[in-house]
Amino acid sequence: MIHLQWPVMLAAVLAGLGVYGVIARRNAVLVLIGVELILNAANLLLVTAGSRPDAPLAAGSVVTLFVVTIAAAEISIALAVILVMFRRFGHIDLTAVPDLTKGAPEHTERDPTDRTDPAALAAEEVSEP
Amino acid sequence: MTTRDIVFVVVGVITALSGLLAVSTRHVVHAALWLLVCLGSLAGCYIVLGQELVGIVQLLVYVGAIVVLVLFALMLTRAPIGPQPDIDAPVWQRVVAALLGAATTALVAAATLPVIGQQSVDLDTPVVTTQQIASAIFGTWVWPFELLSVLLLVALVGAFAVSRVVLARRSRS
Repeated sequence: MIHLQWPVMLAAVLAGLGVYGVIARRNAVLVLIGVELILNAANLLLVTAGSRPDAPLAAGSVVTLFVVTIAAAEISIALAVILVMFRRFGHIDLTAVPDLTKGAPEHTERDPTDRTDPAALAAEEVSEP
Repeated sequence: MTTRDIVFVVVGVITALSGLLAVSTRHVVHAALWLLVCLGSLAGCYIVLGQELVGIVQLLVYVGAIVVLVLFALMLTRAPIGPQPDIDAPVWQRVVAALLGAATTALVAAATLPVIGQQSVDLDTPVVTTQQIASAIFGTWVWPFELLSVLLLVALVGAFAVSRVVLARRSRS
């Protein structure tokens, strides 16, 4: 015998922790860790609901396996985007304000093509009187 | 409290504490390692709940693949060793995050505890056997299953394309 309030309470706690992690972190990979916690809370709820004897079609287990697969696909894409962001901007800080007029500072310093861009030069002259 | 209750509470406390450390530690790599502990003990929770197949898949996919991917991403983004003061948002945002997290916990608990939280299940005779899961996947759920294989292929190609396209554009310019 198991009382189902324990798994439900654990799922609620995991979802709350995940929401905290998504909002309170600045590093993009650590934000993803929060997303993983939320997904696992959903999985635990599915498994809990699927362990009742009247659950049809083995739905709890099967949908949990599907969610695990989708999470694997999601995190591979997300990490690819994060790696591209790191190469492009030199950091993965999600709270850093992007400078849309000139591009990121590291990028303009390293990339000579932006120097020849008249719009970028004009923006630089305006910002540095 | 039955034996299963006690075992689940012990494993669940480990899961919740390691999850708390994963979202609150200031060491970047430690966060990924605490996530590993959290997901591993969550697999234990699944096994206590009588779903061995889901627990083993959780171990294989999450602990074996996803945490390793996260660790690789941390390495490739030059994760610094040691405590970092700047990986957390400012204090007011953390307070808001804690409030929202507590609100989420309260919401999920209030929505699901009255529905399935009052029941108690006898798991000593298995409710769903692995054979039933297999026949359900390849019977009722076969089209979602096939779609998932396509989704995995698209994710593979997409992850490759995202990094290659940006690299090619930078080398061209």
